[in-house]
Amino acid sequence: MKELIIISGKGGTGKTSLVAAFAALAENKVLCDADVDAADLHLIMNPEVRERHDFVSGRTALVDPERCTACGTCREMCRFDAIDEDFRVNPIDCEGCGVCVHFCPEKAIDFPLNTCGEWYLSDTRFGPMVHAQLHIAEENSGKLVSLVRKEARQLAEKKGLTLLLTDGPPGVGCPVIAAIGGASAVLIVTEPTVSGRHDMQRVVQLADHFKVRPMLCINKADLNPAASDEIAAYARDRGMAFLGTVPFDPVFTHAMVNGQTVVEYAPEAAATRAVAAIWEALKAMM
Amino acid sequence: MIISIASGKGGTGKTTVATNLAVALGNDVQLLDCDVEEPNAHLFLHPILTATDTVTTPVPVVDEDKCTFCGQCGEICAFKAIVVVGETVLPFHELCHSCGGCMAVCPVEAITETGRELGVIESGHSHGVDFVHGRLRIGEAMSPPLIKAVRARTRPDGLTIIDAPPGTSCPVIAAMKGTDFVLLVTEPTPFGLHDLKLAVGAVRALGLPCGLVVNRADIGDDAVANYARQEGVPILMEIPFDRRIAEAYSRGELVVTALPEWKPKFVKLFEAIAAIVRHTGAKSE
Repeated sequence: MKELIIISGKGGTGKTSLVAAFAALAENKVLCDADVDAADLHLIMNPEVRERHDFVSGRTALVDPERCTACGTCREMCRFDAIDEDFRVNPIDCEGCGVCVHFCPEKAIDFPLNTCGEWYLSDTRFGPMVHAQLHIAEENSGKLVSLVRKEARQLAEKKGLTLLLTDGPPGVGCPVIAAIGGASAVLIVTEPTVSGRHDMQRVVQLADHFKVRPMLCINKADLNPAASDEIAAYARDRGMAFLGTVPFDPVFTHAMVNGQTVVEYAPEAAATRAVAAIWEALKAMM
Repeated sequence: MIISIASGKGGTGKTTVATNLAVALGNDVQLLDCDVEEPNAHLFLHPILTATDTVTTPVPVVDEDKCTFCGQCGEICAFKAIVVVGETVLPFHELCHSCGGCMAVCPVEAITETGRELGVIESGHSHGVDFVHGRLRIGEAMSPPLIKAVRARTRPDGLTIIDAPPGTSCPVIAAMKGTDFVLLVTEPTPFGLHDLKLAVGAVRALGLPCGLVVNRADIGDDAVANYARQEGVPILMEIPFDRRIAEAYSRGELVVTALPEWKPKFVKLFEAIAAIVRHTGAKSE
């Protein structure tokens, strides 16, 4: 089984629109949305949810005012300034370390598990999909990323499918690290802007750090053809597979507004043909 | 006054708004780029950097001569970042959340702390803007402590503009919390709307006033404008899709430099924010 993760470093380069288009082109796959913080793939896939599960991870301290003697030990020991003068824990600041729980001399602090999101097993017109939504202002997004990847893999094994097609998160921090570890292929979607290039280089360094060799493609390439050429040269210099470019095209936005992939909305558009060519190159690489 | 600029969805134009707002207002503005995973503001401000400081977070070091291998450090650690196996203690520094629990619980004071590098904070000046950003070390998973370290550079008075990371989880909360106003930047597409709703939820969880900039305002549909009206989120600026803006951006140029007619619009944007903050009462002053 192959697992292809699509990431970008910078947000808004068109990662999810490309994943959606690949979903329309690929066969025998499970779709997986690992951008659990601001998941968008479902807006195009319109999944019919078959199973809904709570994502339970981590704990939050809760002071019982009945038992609390206001001795101040918890406030002294908390390194996250999560307990106020009235000995109330601010759940947004609580790291879930349990130091206050352990050291409270009155055992007045409870430590319940957090439900910090939901994850779903769904059906779409392009096959099964595993996706999730982290609750607002929650932590543990890396763990939820690992969970949806694991569930997608199990689903593929059960159904005898051979590809996991995964929409990854932006950035280079915890969710991205959780998304690329152990993947069989990573595709970076960048754009020919100073920020697209800068963020792509940081995510390439991250892939190097985790011994993953990413492939690269450029979206909106004609917005700055010279910058696009420089990015392609950068990929070649580093021995990365460069899979091609996609022109800037409003059909991506129009397709999204229609809840469709570009493959469905504008099969003959130059941008759609460019995406299909990148998909063929990807298949050959995998 | 502290204005944070956030979005939910990435790539909607947060950095464009943050940098152009800072430069349009001229002197005595501080800009903190808190998108430490992918900081971009410097690519448009081209600051002269005058200082670089490494930021670390405390992680445990065990003196095995003192250690009795009692295992209490491993029991208290909620993050499986320290494990006792027989006569060995294994700290996993990359998993450590720096709570200090293992050190506090150790009965024989065998644990002290060293630093794990989170990244660097670089600071300097550009266009009259006092510039600070954080750069997360590649391979480091935890950005909130570095974001908090960048926030600690906030000047006691004057205007501070914070460029926040995308999303709605802990890094964004670290960047927005305790600011006087959150300026949300979105685009009028289904993705933009979906992520805007999450971002508004996060802003409301923190109890902060907010307003909206709609970027590429003419590319999608009316759903963002309708949502903003229903929710009472004021639209403070609309930026149409303009290939000249997109191309200037691609080269690392500010909109207010490439298309100077935008400068007064950003000044007006600030005046609208300042009026709302005066009305609600600035928290940070």
